[in-house]
Amino acid sequence: MGNAERPEAETVLRLSGITKRFGPLIANDAISLSLKRGEVVALLGENGAGKTTLMNILFGHYTADEGQIEVFGTALPPGDPRAALAAGIGMVHQHFTLADQMSVLENIVLGTRALWSLNLGKSAARQKIRKLATDYGLEVDPDRMITELSVGERQRVEILKALYREARILILDEPTAVLTPMETEALFATLRKLVAAGLSVIFISHKLGEVQSVSDRVVVLRGGKLAGERRTTEATRRELAELMVGGQLPVNEIGPSSPGATIFELKGVSTRTMGGAALKQVSMQLRGGEITGLAGISGNGQAALAALIAGTLEAREGDIIVHGETARHWSPRAALDKGLGRIPEDRHATGMIGDMSVSENVISEAYRSPRFSRFGFLDWKAAADFARDIIKAYDVKCPSPEARVRLLSGGNMQKLILGRALDGNPDIILASQPTRGLDVGAVAYVHARLIEARDRGAAVLLISEDLDEIQTLSDRILVIHRGQLSKPSERGELTVMELGELMAGHGLDEGVTHAA
Amino acid sequence: MTEAFEILFTASFWVAAIRIASPLIFATMGELICERAGVLNLGIEGIMVAGAFSGWFTVYMGGDLWTGVLVAALTGAMFGLLHGFLTVPLGLSQHVTGIGITLLASSLTYFTYRILLPEVTSPPKIEPFQPFAVPVLSDIPVLGPALFNQTPLTYLAYLSVAVVAFMLYRTPVGVAVRAVGENPSAVEAQGISVTAVRIGAVMAGSALMAIGGAFLTMSAFNSFFFEMINGRGWIAIALVVFGSWRPGKALIGAILFAAFDAYQVRLQQITGGVIPYQIFLMMPFVLSIVALVVVARRATYPKALMIPYQKGER
Repeated sequence: MGNAERPEAETVLRLSGITKRFGPLIANDAISLSLKRGEVVALLGENGAGKTTLMNILFGHYTADEGQIEVFGTALPPGDPRAALAAGIGMVHQHFTLADQMSVLENIVLGTRALWSLNLGKSAARQKIRKLATDYGLEVDPDRMITELSVGERQRVEILKALYREARILILDEPTAVLTPMETEALFATLRKLVAAGLSVIFISHKLGEVQSVSDRVVVLRGGKLAGERRTTEATRRELAELMVGGQLPVNEIGPSSPGATIFELKGVSTRTMGGAALKQVSMQLRGGEITGLAGISGNGQAALAALIAGTLEAREGDIIVHGETARHWSPRAALDKGLGRIPEDRHATGMIGDMSVSENVISEAYRSPRFSRFGFLDWKAAADFARDIIKAYDVKCPSPEARVRLLSGGNMQKLILGRALDGNPDIILASQPTRGLDVGAVAYVHARLIEARDRGAAVLLISEDLDEIQTLSDRILVIHRGQLSKPSERGELTVMELGELMAGHGLDEGVTHAA
Repeated sequence: MTEAFEILFTASFWVAAIRIASPLIFATMGELICERAGVLNLGIEGIMVAGAFSGWFTVYMGGDLWTGVLVAALTGAMFGLLHGFLTVPLGLSQHVTGIGITLLASSLTYFTYRILLPEVTSPPKIEPFQPFAVPVLSDIPVLGPALFNQTPLTYLAYLSVAVVAFMLYRTPVGVAVRAVGENPSAVEAQGISVTAVRIGAVMAGSALMAIGGAFLTMSAFNSFFFEMINGRGWIAIALVVFGSWRPGKALIGAILFAAFDAYQVRLQQITGGVIPYQIFLMMPFVLSIVALVVVARRATYPKALMIPYQKGER
């Protein structure tokens, strides 16, 4: 999309032979990469392919074991973010680096003035920010506090931080992961303006669609190595996917659903807040043999809904109805007794206990059952057998049932959770962000198991911020916004943009809390 | 009960309140700077003891009063450097380290006192700071003498609030201090060293705490004796929370607490032993707990407070 087609465009950045080891792991193996003026290069790869490590080396957060970096023809001293900033490199991290209880302006000027100067130069800074904002479509009020901003606005602040320092090279690490489809479009529009103004952009992503719509050139990393490089216009989506995965992309076939009776129902349920919006008069039905997808921007009440269903958050009003019976005392134990399989959002915090063994973790929800305990004493042999069963059936790579869970990779940990949750064929499956941070292979595996559970008649609630995932798996889609639910839509009924509108709260304003 | 009420309108009551408030103001500003940078400094109690002694001893040995203040500040800064080194680059628990600093600083002070002054039985005296009436301003009824007929160190305490507030909100270094207490990676990403900012803030804060201690030996009294800090450091920690980490509010908190303290002493005299005096001694503390419950529940504390920052970790 830029002017990189012109052969005379100068090379602004050159990485040569970058190698970085973390103990026995080679995160980057002799990676070379160049970037031209006005060019957008997409750095494509799965989680753990080494993209973020490479960019952290470029920005000076890490020091490479081998290799050089040249910016505008000059060698960049390694391991010094200040040098990277001074050389004109701006980085927008995946996890924003903003101080929340400070203003946009303060965040932007931080570090741009002599530390012992006696004033902040606020009015000049404010003017400069306003100009940058209008020039590049990054509208945000410089005097607002970061806490008051939406995720999309915070990202604009991050980009403004780089532009304020006259960055010529902008690195964006998975910038769209947290954005709604409209915000993503706006970001792409901004990038086009930046490139037109002569900036160069490295765009890190694992989403093929985005990479194709925004980049001039794609560099693919796999397992820490350079897997290939293509002009975007000359590469097919399939080719890129295969470069990224290193073989055939696993594809899940999902047949038509055959919904059965309603297994789980909420009627007019409200809760208190919990890491985001509270639920307000929420009603929903989960039917057997169906995957219900819950789409929404993070912080709109997904956490409260998941906690409510899992029994860790009390309903202030409304009813929880399971198999047609109103549940009087809904608690984690009641939920498990009624046949809930739980895949929690944060596998480290609420899914598994890292310092305990695989055996201990797999029986942590069922240790009371006669299968694992007798007269109040645990049967460790049964626990170890169960752990071995899961390890085998779910293909968990793990040395033994005694291994500490902390040592497992994210994908293997998730398989373990899946095994624990799906054991005993639960009727209701609560899957919160079940594939977050997993690589393509593990994602396909988790999806296959969820589809399998649906096909044997379980009611699955899939809570995800990944719209692709929601659209692929869900038979019905609900959108949550500020603790309220949209009307359910059938598979394929709404486009991405229409879902995006609902996620942004348009169409929910009339207070349509569906009563289906 | 009108007598109890009339106390509030006497100049001497407010003079005492401001005098009691002065060391608390220094200590609270010091703790506030540390916590704004994300480092809880439980070394405060010990640092105040060390400041009280080192400042006083400098004058006792023939030094100028202001040299004494400077020595106290340097002593505080050194303990701050130790606390900063242990908690910032080494990332040790701020609670444990802070309590260690308090024990170390106070024991070291007593030890030094005994070594340097082995033979004294009654505490030796110095010539302390004398009240200085600010012309015109000190003629305002009631509040004039209270605010403007105090020792220079009290004026320095007022000044410290203004300077801390100005630095935190109006200068680049203050923005860096606040940012490092909110989200250290924001500071790192802008090319500023988190370690330098945090250690610098802890040193500056500790210097202020030590001056707070020195106020007691060089302005309020004229000699050093054991147990003279008597929990003032801990009160300062509560005052920072009470003030929601804002200098102005913390100043009001310090004055309120001191006023209660001055008030209870006078109430004891009026009630003439009907109510046990311990009840009155308790009053400022009970009120500060009540105030904390009311105010601090809504306070937004610095997000990165007590969280060590390790470069390269996410």
